Amino acid sequence: MKAAVFDYVRAGSAAEAAAILAADEGAKLLGGGQSLGPTLNLRLARPGRLVDLKRAEGLRSLAGDDAHLAIGAGWTHAAIEDGVVPDPARGMLAQVAHGIAYRAVRNRGTLGGSLAHADPSADWVATMFALNATMVVTGRAGTRRVAAEGFTLGAFATALAEDEVLVAVEVPRLSAGARWGYAKLCRKTGEFAKAIGAAVLDPARGLARVVAGATGGAPVLLPAASAALREQGWQAAAAGVAGEIGSVLPNSDAAARAQHAAMLRRALAQLDLTR
Amino acid sequence: MDATQEGQAGQEHAGPGEGIGARARRKEDARHLHGRGCFTADIRMPGIQEVAFFRSPVAHARIRAREKPAALADSILFHDDLAGILPIVTRSTLPGYKLSEYPALAREKVRYVGEPVAICVAPTRAEAEDVAEQVSVEFEELPPVVSCAAGLAPGAALLHEQWGDNLFLETRSDNGIEAVAATAPVTVELALETARQTMHPMESRAILAFWDHRAGQLVVHMATQVPHLMRAGIAEFLGIPQAIVRVAPPDVGGGFGYKCVLMPEELAVAWLAWHRKAPFRWIEDRREHLVSGANTRQHEYRIRAYADRRGRLLGLDAEVTIDTGAYSVWPFTAGLEAAQAGGNLPGPYDLKAYRCHVRAVATNKPPFCPYRGVARPGVCFAIESVIDAVARAVGREGWEVRAENLVTAAAMPYTNVTGKHYDSGDYPASLDTARGMIGFEEFRAGPRRDARGRYLGIGFATYCEQTAHGTKVFASWGLPVVPGYDQAHVKLTPDGALEIKAGIHSFGQGLETTLAQVACTMTGVRLDDIRVTLGDTANTPFSTGAYASRGIVMVGGAVSRASEVVAARIKAIAAHLMQVRPEAVTFRDGRIHAGAASVSYAEVGHAWYTRPDQLPDGVDTGGLEVTEGYRPQVDTGLFSYGTHAARVAVDAETGQVEILDYCISEDCGRMVNPMIVEGQTFGGAGQGIGTALFEESPYDANGQPLASTLIDYLLPGPTEMPRFRIHHTETLSPYTAHGIKGVGEGGAIAPGAAIACAINDALAPLGAVLRALPASPERVLAAIAEAGGADAAPAVAA
Repeated sequence: MKAAVFDYVRAGSAAEAAAILAADEGAKLLGGGQSLGPTLNLRLARPGRLVDLKRAEGLRSLAGDDAHLAIGAGWTHAAIEDGVVPDPARGMLAQVAHGIAYRAVRNRGTLGGSLAHADPSADWVATMFALNATMVVTGRAGTRRVAAEGFTLGAFATALAEDEVLVAVEVPRLSAGARWGYAKLCRKTGEFAKAIGAAVLDPARGLARVVAGATGGAPVLLPAASAALREQGWQAAAAGVAGEIGSVLPNSDAAARAQHAAMLRRALAQLDLTR
Repeated sequence: MDATQEGQAGQEHAGPGEGIGARARRKEDARHLHGRGCFTADIRMPGIQEVAFFRSPVAHARIRAREKPAALADSILFHDDLAGILPIVTRSTLPGYKLSEYPALAREKVRYVGEPVAICVAPTRAEAEDVAEQVSVEFEELPPVVSCAAGLAPGAALLHEQWGDNLFLETRSDNGIEAVAATAPVTVELALETARQTMHPMESRAILAFWDHRAGQLVVHMATQVPHLMRAGIAEFLGIPQAIVRVAPPDVGGGFGYKCVLMPEELAVAWLAWHRKAPFRWIEDRREHLVSGANTRQHEYRIRAYADRRGRLLGLDAEVTIDTGAYSVWPFTAGLEAAQAGGNLPGPYDLKAYRCHVRAVATNKPPFCPYRGVARPGVCFAIESVIDAVARAVGREGWEVRAENLVTAAAMPYTNVTGKHYDSGDYPASLDTARGMIGFEEFRAGPRRDARGRYLGIGFATYCEQTAHGTKVFASWGLPVVPGYDQAHVKLTPDGALEIKAGIHSFGQGLETTLAQVACTMTGVRLDDIRVTLGDTANTPFSTGAYASRGIVMVGGAVSRASEVVAARIKAIAAHLMQVRPEAVTFRDGRIHAGAASVSYAEVGHAWYTRPDQLPDGVDTGGLEVTEGYRPQVDTGLFSYGTHAARVAVDAETGQVEILDYCISEDCGRMVNPMIVEGQTFGGAGQGIGTALFEESPYDANGQPLASTLIDYLLPGPTEMPRFRIHHTETLSPYTAHGIKGVGEGGAIAPGAAIACAINDALAPLGAVLRALPASPERVLAAIAEAGGADAAPAVAA
């Protein structure tokens, strides 16, 4: 399959991209192109115009304060994997990036592209949800912030308005005593996950989150497991996930629940590790 | 490595250490490693038009209307626009076999999603796809038949109404199972199935056809394993003489059976080039390939096996059903898979009573194509599952029951219950070797679970593989094309190099190297000075082509014979130049010797071509070139064989399987190039791991394919490959030149069985058994759940 005809334009900035999106409803943003490229070739996506963000100024910024690091949406998975982007999550981002698809994909695919595409199995979608990160988006009306939990609305659906561009992700800086775990089930290396378990415990920051990803829709928080993690530790949280998973993934079959529960237990077990 | 027995061939010369048996580097690798191969998609030609197809979006429908915009009248063609084209019909002499008419473009009906309905042309593929979007077809949908059971059910919708049912072929054989059934002390029953797969050559199908005004020929560059057959097929279904068709395949990037059949797309492109006298090209993309092209492997079995209390097989009662798809491919018929399945189920085992009922069912899916191993990966999975089930029933290890049932070396040659003639080999020894390699005894003495709590198991699969089977065998399968003698042309050039031409084609098997090694052994010419040209019907002698693991046996044999004749003529001229008798002449170190004297091959060449005054009286007027034909003394097939042993870990929480170790003990007779044997075996085993764990092309209830990209259709990658360990034994075939047997398919046959047996060994503490491939996490979890779940397992120390 070959892509249908489209126009191509390079945006000089996120604001310029937002202006093009506002003026042309057939326009679509191009990040690293690792998902959009095949979708174009399969003619599943047929934008009239591609707006390439590759050279847009400001999308590879790094800014922040004691509490957060704002990572520009244009950074590639490889830059995060390699530590070119400093890791506010004490190694979690680098570890997750290392497991995304294949290096060739990581070389081009971007943090913002992945989050805006919102493939339910994408690693960043689950990771940013678990870290309680905040999305920074720019549109005609200016810049606003959206919590990860409200950003991913479902499979391939986000809170981005038609004219909005994801410009950065504010990731909380985990404290020295923080622990995290991340486990995913893939049929083979580099495939999209069938189940993701993510756990973050940072008492100093008030973070205790146990999250199931690759659910077919948005990631889901396991409230009981998260509370158990906060109050009793990871073993207690792990003991409860099999019982809780059905209530947060009511439409999944027994095998999928078992797989999700296994990934959650394995993610939680990693909280024992000193990283 | 062990070696036994002598083969049948003319005099072998020591050669320069590059001949038969040498680990010579492949001649074809330099161009491929430098990216300078030339495949069909690489060819540039002025004025070429690219092709895309409008394909059926529905599985089963009557076509009510088709329309195209007037402006695109010449760019879009339907069936009735292809004047004179004939449907692809594959005749068979098997009694009761039903013919399908497979049109180049759909006529009154479509019978699978992806069936070509219109051919669309434009200067680029992207524009051709734009054109295809302008096609409009009205379908009246019919109930789709998406499984064998649905196709066999009374009142099922009929794919081919004139048949009265959905059976391409049904065969029954029985040599006395009832007597065994009445008295056998042990009976096991199994229902097994293997998923539909699509085989994956790295290069998809491809064809470029144009009219050569000077030659007055339709020239076809295509990705094919069988160029001379394609010439015959294209001529037959275009209704034109073969003399005006030339098939000249460029580099071909893998085939595995998918490129030994003529498909409607190729016929339609050939029609365009023939009628418009202009170049047209179609490159199948991976989506077309997945959805509407390659389909294979889908079998269902119901087996009842009878044994004595030690596990000695007494009889096998089998029902085999093949989900054959909508049409027969040409020329291998829709009956080949069924015939092979029924004929090969007994495998390497000594079996006396066998009843088999085989059905090839037409379904609304793309046609079933032969794939590396043809039926045998399925039957190997089936019979090896039976052996392990019998072993459990009698309380013995699977390998013990295998060892006592295998045909022994002393029984060779052995004719089995289905009439297959096993020429040579020591099957129990291959099992024994594999058992030692995988460390079975140590494993059994060790823990059943690893530190991560995964369940551990070892599985074995012993197989024998009929290779290079010839005339009688193909005739017995009722095929319209039956191989006989293969020819090769061998010529010494004026400057002392050797040219080999053969009508077989190489799609990665290394024939440019191995055929040269055979000629090197027979003539003493250095490997670097031997050049192999394959496939072009304009300048190679006829061959039915590369399939059935036959190339190195058949064409290797022909090259050997032709080289032997040329060698004798070289000796006669060299003897005259050195003034000795021909018997005194030997080949050594790339030169021709007689005592202390020696001449070069170039001097002999010059004498014949340009200095005939130096020739002896009575020189053979055939010169230094000859075409010779060959087939083995007994051409019912040479049986390569081996045992695969897999050690796996099964994660009972996720259903995931990891291969921890994989050992192969194999014997393909004389190895022309052990490195190529290993490449063939490892590559085949890699595909077998796909069959075992990953590859699956499911269809929904409407006949829609659910795996239409490589996101959904999982192929094993480098990280899924174990580090194969291999042991070679060389039992020379008594029937072939140099004792060679075929080796192309064997690697792909056993992995599904070995890995499934290993999984079942691992899951034994849970009481779970897996009876379907691939062993996806879902199937493994389902098997565990059916047995009561992992939690129900007795506590086992990690």
